[in-house]
Amino acid sequence: MQRRIIKDKLFEIIIIILAMVSTLPLILILFQIVKKGIASINWSFFVNLPQPPGETGGGVSNAILGTFILIVIAGVFSILLGVLGGTFISEYKDKKISELIRLCVNIFQGIPSIVIGIIVYIWIVMPLHRFSALSGGIALGIMMLPLIVKSTEETLRLIPSSLKEASLALGASYTTTMLRVILPAGINGILSGILISVSRVAGETAPLLFTAFGNPFMNFNIFKPVDSLPLLIFNYSMSPYPEWHSIAWGASFVLISFIIILNILTKMVSRKWKTVF
Amino acid sequence: MENGILKILNFYAGYNVKTILTNINLSIPSNKVISIMGPSGCGKTTLIRCINRMHELQPDANFKGRILLNEKNIFETSPILVRRKIGMVFQKPNPFPTMSIYDNVVSGYILNGIKMPRIEKDRIVEETLRKVYLWDEVMDSLHRKGTFLSGGQQQRLCIARAMAMNPEIILLDEPTSALDPKATAKIEELITKIKKSVTVILVTHNTAQAARVSDFTAFLYLGELVEYGSTEKLFTTPKDKRTEEYLTGKFG
Amino acid sequence: MLEQRINLLKQKIVEYAFFIENMIHNSIKGLMNKNRELLEKVINDLEPKANDFEIELDELCTSTIAQFGPKAKNLRSILMIAKMNNDLERIGDQAVNISECGLYLIEKPPVKPLVDIPRMGEEAVKMLSDAIDSFINENITLAESVCERDNIVDNLRDQILRELITFMTSDPVTIERSIHLIKISRNLERIADLSTNICEDVIFMIEGKIIKHRKIKD
Repeated sequence: MQRRIIKDKLFEIIIIILAMVSTLPLILILFQIVKKGIASINWSFFVNLPQPPGETGGGVSNAILGTFILIVIAGVFSILLGVLGGTFISEYKDKKISELIRLCVNIFQGIPSIVIGIIVYIWIVMPLHRFSALSGGIALGIMMLPLIVKSTEETLRLIPSSLKEASLALGASYTTTMLRVILPAGINGILSGILISVSRVAGETAPLLFTAFGNPFMNFNIFKPVDSLPLLIFNYSMSPYPEWHSIAWGASFVLISFIIILNILTKMVSRKWKTVF
Repeated sequence: MENGILKILNFYAGYNVKTILTNINLSIPSNKVISIMGPSGCGKTTLIRCINRMHELQPDANFKGRILLNEKNIFETSPILVRRKIGMVFQKPNPFPTMSIYDNVVSGYILNGIKMPRIEKDRIVEETLRKVYLWDEVMDSLHRKGTFLSGGQQQRLCIARAMAMNPEIILLDEPTSALDPKATAKIEELITKIKKSVTVILVTHNTAQAARVSDFTAFLYLGELVEYGSTEKLFTTPKDKRTEEYLTGKFG
Repeated sequence: MLEQRINLLKQKIVEYAFFIENMIHNSIKGLMNKNRELLEKVINDLEPKANDFEIELDELCTSTIAQFGPKAKNLRSILMIAKMNNDLERIGDQAVNISECGLYLIEKPPVKPLVDIPRMGEEAVKMLSDAIDSFINENITLAESVCERDNIVDNLRDQILRELITFMTSDPVTIERSIHLIKISRNLERIADLSTNICEDVIFMIEGKIIKHRKIKD
């Protein structure tokens, strides 16, 4: 009796310790980034352009803006397509084509991001003869697409079919039923899927190397190269200049904060707009 | 029963090669409660889903024959119009989860894009909720989500949603099978009362319920209409041997 | 739903009871006033109507049980109404028997002045109407008093019998008329018995207590 309880307790303690150990790397990383990054964070970091090596100060405003532009382009490209695709495969579950799409989406998810970068390079950068924000955005969009398709499908699958029937039985058309009843009922799942996918691609570097390329200047033109936070971190941390290293730390801090905020937002969205059936 | 509001004539329905309903002939008088009973899988639900043209939405569904609503073949009318005239309530309460109680009641109008002034909507909501005896319970929380209500209240809300469109017929597909006895009793009472304004077709596998609430009963067995007549007669002196056996619990 | 049905049943059975009460009245009145028309009306007109009434009530009871599966007091009420229906129909038959004897007697000179027969009739009708009252108002005391009054009618019947035996032994010509009178008294006594039955059923309905075949007092 006594021994059984002791064994039980022991096991519990081991599990708790192991669980804490597994979160340790995350805590250490966060600690490191905050310690090194917070030093370079100030107002000018957000509004100024990067300075040539050797000069102090300077900021990453171009990269922040670039990241923003890239995400908007990626979103425009992937959200509509992803939601429609997810809706399609959840609506026509048993069709051959849905099976095929589902398979493609799964494979898509497994493609290394660098490969997507190269593909977009061949498809878009080569014909246009220039690196551009557009191509970078599309590369990120391609990465977001399978995530959005899957989260949409899974959300819609949880919506009872009786809801659709109720709407149809009231004389509503199929389109109205989907737009006014089914998609709103799944809005929290779809939205959090989108937010998660944004936070996933916000830190991507590889697909941007051959597409958005990077740009030390402010740029609003989507047909020109833009910088992004992960690209900037990649470039600056590879450089031999210590000033650039500290800027890279600062950028890492901004990026991490952005991703954490997105994650918190996702949680809030799915809690706030939770649909009870 | 010659001049029924709804007449089903030589009607067959099924999926693919499987026939579910064979040669159904049924005339339904207006402002009465008609229950369709039978063991599970006998085609009760298929039959009422044909009446508001929901059956044909399923892949591989087929049918043959005519159903006349006020002497007009529903298969020659647009399904959207048919469904506005013939409302339906399902087994499990399913109010629209994103809509308030208020919006749920007028959802038929919202989803059909019918615009109307606020006062008119208020009137319809109150009138309909009173009809289903839900007004007193929800009048203070009209703008809360319908899914916060209890199961029985939700089902009454669903009946209200169907009634708000002023249908000629309302189809109830085992409306109490997901409810507790108390909520069931309330819905049954409601059914016997709403027949003043609408013809009710009730599908149930519960013979006691059919006996309690309906004026006429149809007994469906293996896709065939075995017997149809006044509930009093059918439950005391059924004409067909199969009805007798079903009612005495020999099968089903 | 069931409640409305039971109320309808009660209303119908009370209607039926009044109808039957009226039949007895008519047959006694026809006998006393030598009114052939009235007696024939009971036999040819009221009796078929009473039969239709019985069938209607019977069907209503059966379908109510079939449709609603009543429990406890509801079930007792319906069963009781069904039995009462049966008893009332029998009372109707007794009224017809009385009328038939009446049709024979009114043509003949009286054996003796009719004193006990109308008294008995009055008593039996009173018992029936009290039985109905006890049913309408669910009045157990009244029902019990009806059961106790049963022996008044029994005694009257015995008295009539004794009296008529003396007539018959003294003058054989009166035998046929006397037998008809005895038959009437027997029929009236049956009416009283059936009224007692109704009261026993009323008590069963209200309290669920079976008092049949037992003395009230114990």
